[in-house]
Amino acid sequence: MSKPLPQPNVVTQRFWSSCKDGRFEFQHCKTCGHSQFPPRLTCTACHGADLDWLPSSGRGTVYSFTVVHRAPLESFKADVPYVIAIVALEEGVRAMVNLRDVDPETVGIGMPIEVFFEPTEGEYPLPQARPR
Amino acid sequence: MAAKAVITGVADTAVGKVEGSTSLGLQAEAAAAAVADAGLSLGDIDGVLCAYSFTEPHLMLSSVVSEFLGIMPSYSIAVQAGGATACAQVMQAAALVEAGICRHVLAVCGDNRLTGMSRDKAVAALSEVGHAQFERPYGISVPSAYALVAQRYMHDYGVTLEHLAGVAVAHRKHAMRNPKAQMRQPITLEDVAKSKPISTPLRLLDCCLISDGGAAVVVSAADAARDTRKRGIEVLGTGQMNTHEHIIASPSLTDFGCKQSSAQAFRRAGVTPADIDVAEIYDSFTITLLAELESIGFFARGEAGPAILGGALDLDGRLPCNTHGGLLSYAHSGAAGGMFHVVEAVRQLRGEAEGRQVVSPELAFVHGDGGILSAHCSLVLGRN
Repeated sequence: MSKPLPQPNVVTQRFWSSCKDGRFEFQHCKTCGHSQFPPRLTCTACHGADLDWLPSSGRGTVYSFTVVHRAPLESFKADVPYVIAIVALEEGVRAMVNLRDVDPETVGIGMPIEVFFEPTEGEYPLPQARPR
Repeated sequence: MAAKAVITGVADTAVGKVEGSTSLGLQAEAAAAAVADAGLSLGDIDGVLCAYSFTEPHLMLSSVVSEFLGIMPSYSIAVQAGGATACAQVMQAAALVEAGICRHVLAVCGDNRLTGMSRDKAVAALSEVGHAQFERPYGISVPSAYALVAQRYMHDYGVTLEHLAGVAVAHRKHAMRNPKAQMRQPITLEDVAKSKPISTPLRLLDCCLISDGGAAVVVSAADAARDTRKRGIEVLGTGQMNTHEHIIASPSLTDFGCKQSSAQAFRRAGVTPADIDVAEIYDSFTITLLAELESIGFFARGEAGPAILGGALDLDGRLPCNTHGGLLSYAHSGAAGGMFHVVEAVRQLRGEAEGRQVVSPELAFVHGDGGILSAHCSLVLGRN
């Protein structure tokens, strides 16, 4: 069984296509200025439909993290222990990633990270993060 | 204002490893026992609220259950709000009888998650609640999502691993007084600290059980409750709050909708947290209960951990809580896990809790949490 891969839809296609080009993009509301991720059809703050896509610098910090020792699926068992983090990007949106190139013991809240793109078995790479 | 709804019957089945059990069978057994507890017959039930099942899923579970029981209710729906389901069923049932739509509503849950599916399958099925595109590709599970909450909560409020372990130990202490509980052997803080790591900072003993079991309650209109057998327990106040579904979309990792849902329930009941004599609060993980106790306002931020180590949740503590042993040590079989909390609150208020009875409680608080602290439903129950 392979890992769950992102299946883009009409709302998220732009995001995943941008990942292929090495950009992490989030939505920005032209009406009220709210930034949001994951992508939605409308703004979660003002419910307006006029959304823009902006690129993130890819820089941020660890907002929270966990070191997984018990994988939920067979396909992740070879990876344990792996780090799941919620990262806060400079532009004010948060995203889930795996933290790579790091000793799990040294991860802490506030740790500076940068986003990179990791190939998958599918068409689209996954945004991931590593210490910077 | 309409007279308050009354819980007239409660029951739960054997819990833990119930060989040969089925989801429908557990629901039917709990339903029949709750109706009998009320002194009613199944034919008196005119409303049925079901939950969901992992082992016998169906698009229309409430119709399936009614058909299996041989009843034809005039109102029937299934409710799905994860761990908040049971409280949401009671809230909905209370609204139905207070509105005059039903007289006696059966709210029933049950699943054989332990013997009906492997532990791996149960964990995998639960991981599907993760966001398909933005969480599941990262190997998220329900324990990992709560672990993300735990890590941030510990960072912001000085909660320690020992505080979390204290929650597990307090629940086991309660379960040891409950002959029906799935886990009754004593545990220490050290046992929790040495148990298998699941997703840091959570270890095996920080996590709820996987169980078979069913539970049901009958909620009756105030006038209809006069025909029933036992002292009725009034549904004094109910509340709900829903802030997100996925942990990446949660507005906060430390402040949750239980604050608003409980405030609504307290306000409708005309009471405050300080008035509560016994609480039965969703404890899927040790962090779940700790975060809820502090978000609801039973304890100030950062104070629940030390208080629990000092015995605050014990029978004679400041807030006797999860007196049956909770999801951590009594049992957790899906939506029924939350219904065990409701059943226990009613038993405490009736004085039927035997060796784990709190002295003469007048008011109980029950809370359910679904998803990753996403959906919240609170009840304030009182002696009639």
